[in-house]
Amino acid sequence: MLGRTASSLFWMSRYHERAQNVARLLEVAYRGAMMSHRGQEHGTHWTFALTCSGCDSDFSEKYDELNIRNVTVFLMFSKENPVSVRNSLELARNNARAVRTGITAELWEAINTTWIEFIEVNPQTITQERLPDFLAWVNQRAHLFRGALLNTILRDDGYFFSQMGNFVERTDNTARILNTQYWALLPDSDIVDDGSMERYQWSAILRALSGRRSYRFAYPNARLKAFNIAEFLILRKEMPRSLAHCYNWIADTAEELAQFYSSREPSLDLAKEIASGLSEKQMREIYHDGLHDFLTEFIGKNNQFAQQLSKDYNFA
Amino acid sequence: MADDRTFFNEMLDDAGGARSPYSRLATWLEDKPANFLTKKSRDAEMVFRRLGITFAVYGAQEATERLIPFDPIPRIISASEWRRLSAGIDQRVRALNAFMHDIYHRQEILRAGRIPADLILQNEAFLPEMAGFTPARKVYAHIIGTDLVRVSENEFYVLEDNTRTPSGVSYMMENRETMMRLFPELFQTHRVAPVEQYPELLRRTLESVAPDPSKSAQTIVLLTPGIYNSAYFEHAFLADSMGVELVEGRDLFVDAGKVFMRTTREPEQVDVIYRRIDDAFLDPLTFNPDSMLGVPGLFDAYRAGNVTICNAPGTGIADDKAIYAYVPDIIEFYTGQKPILKNVPTWNCSRADDLAYVLDNLEKIVVKEVHGSGGYGMLIGPTASKREIAEFRKVLEATPSNYIAQPTLALSACPTHVASGVAPRHVDLRPFVLIGDQVRITPGGLTRVALKKGSLVVNSSQGGGTKDTWVLED
Repeated sequence: MLGRTASSLFWMSRYHERAQNVARLLEVAYRGAMMSHRGQEHGTHWTFALTCSGCDSDFSEKYDELNIRNVTVFLMFSKENPVSVRNSLELARNNARAVRTGITAELWEAINTTWIEFIEVNPQTITQERLPDFLAWVNQRAHLFRGALLNTILRDDGYFFSQMGNFVERTDNTARILNTQYWALLPDSDIVDDGSMERYQWSAILRALSGRRSYRFAYPNARLKAFNIAEFLILRKEMPRSLAHCYNWIADTAEELAQFYSSREPSLDLAKEIASGLSEKQMREIYHDGLHDFLTEFIGKNNQFAQQLSKDYNFA
Repeated sequence: MADDRTFFNEMLDDAGGARSPYSRLATWLEDKPANFLTKKSRDAEMVFRRLGITFAVYGAQEATERLIPFDPIPRIISASEWRRLSAGIDQRVRALNAFMHDIYHRQEILRAGRIPADLILQNEAFLPEMAGFTPARKVYAHIIGTDLVRVSENEFYVLEDNTRTPSGVSYMMENRETMMRLFPELFQTHRVAPVEQYPELLRRTLESVAPDPSKSAQTIVLLTPGIYNSAYFEHAFLADSMGVELVEGRDLFVDAGKVFMRTTREPEQVDVIYRRIDDAFLDPLTFNPDSMLGVPGLFDAYRAGNVTICNAPGTGIADDKAIYAYVPDIIEFYTGQKPILKNVPTWNCSRADDLAYVLDNLEKIVVKEVHGSGGYGMLIGPTASKREIAEFRKVLEATPSNYIAQPTLALSACPTHVASGVAPRHVDLRPFVLIGDQVRITPGGLTRVALKKGSLVVNSSQGGGTKDTWVLED
């Protein structure tokens, strides 16, 4: 396989994951804005979506007012915002086009149809009333992409590289959301009133990571608690967006790749090191050493892994 | 206007009866409800868009990927018509390859005075770097798309030879697939020669010209400029259906005179490159130093005989518009036979007599840029306005050697689905020829159709569409 093909498969999946994550953040913000909360500042929810996706300063350079219209256009449709859903879908499709010969017809059609239908949407028509349906559509298309990939692609090197892109992005997204909101997850903030800002924040974090409902099953008393939420999203392997789950997947995939090529590369060792570091950790230690430092270091390691992978396999 | 002229109607004879290749189709068309073809066209368009069978339009800002309009009514060629056409094409492509071998070696044709030496030696398309080098099997142009037009029952003219990197073959194949999906019943009543073998034949052709054909497995790649190229879909399609890697210049490198591709593991040596980028971009060390698309050192590896490039660099000389007029001489010179297919009479504007005639008859004739393609930079006298003609006259007078001129041909017309129903529209034909260990001509080709009433410009960049082309079997 060409190094460039491996790279395109990696980025095709990565951008698709990113598109879905940003759309979900917008959904959480929209939901928050629909509900009233005591003591919250104007626009808190929109700021949440912008900060978590890392484009809050770009937004304030371009817009004066923080409102549903501006945030929707910026996060969904803007060509100037590098992480907008539009740009991610376009980049995902360009990468897929570059490896047309390496992906199945079903997968290509899923990606191509999403893009064709997306660009036909006039942003002006996505009003407040239509936004939830539109976001649900984006979400479904992303699931269709992943379903088509899992159901049709050969389990060879191409599959492994696409999985890497998916999970490197997913774990990065989880870590960034936690890191921008880490102050809400400090154990001090456990004693709070119902309906307070923290409770809203917790709920938003869980929703942004599709964990609001599964949290209830993971923690039988179902009470929202900073400690549990942090543990759920960082260390619990059964949570498909937790750092531990993602790195188990990445380490397994790196192992399969090594077997496929019959050669062990430095990226495999790095993935194993990160994965075992997570599985041996206790939430108490993380708090003790500092949640913010832990997350910042993790984001750095994840980047380092992605770079090592592209070096090991000659990504162009 | 071309409309006022008489043209050959491929389906109907002068009495309005169906000609024999079309007899069944004509009956079938008759009893279809009015919106039947409209619905089928829409179905076809949906398939094309979903599959991403698109081409890029240069200069267009937004929708940079467009569909070429697809006409659902097939163009039909009888078995006997096809035999004559393919004999003519076979003769022509062999002669052109012999011509290239000659001008890059002993230049007998120049010594014999059959072609003015300056026309070759001063030509931009002539690559002195190719002199003295003999490619595998002495084949220069391995893939040729011969552009033909029909003007009467038995008269076909060759318009262009397209010996560089002809495109359109993916449309030949996808149009057929689409037709089989849309109208299965028609394939039961017609014995249509298949075209699906093309990728396999292409692969065999490429393997047959590898530097060491005895090797058990040849590594073949298709070299594309990338996803923004107008024919990218076709590059991906062909690589996929041949089962070879689709590479960009940056995926290849030259080491110790050999070409390798960068894989996720060890570099893999490449034997044959089917390139879909122009000569000038192949190798920044030998040709255009600014090229980002090519591979530094590729040309040296090629001359060292370690890799085959298809088509060979320098094949542009055989489809240069200034050389075109001499192709009948070229055929006679190398084959000793009369040309089977006709050449369109051509005035060479660099010659004073010719230029004078052209300037006097601008409103009647077609003037083309020598190095132009895609229907840009040309004048079609009979359909141009007075102002367009006046403006063109100035350009032509300033740089006459950039132009050739030809009489306006009455292109044949085929039944085509239009807003008002079914009406004749002008067409051309591009069959695809493969030249390696043998000459292989796929029965069929790309029929391009000018969708505007009376228009003679079939180029997709100028609003032309395509049709499936059926060659009937006996």
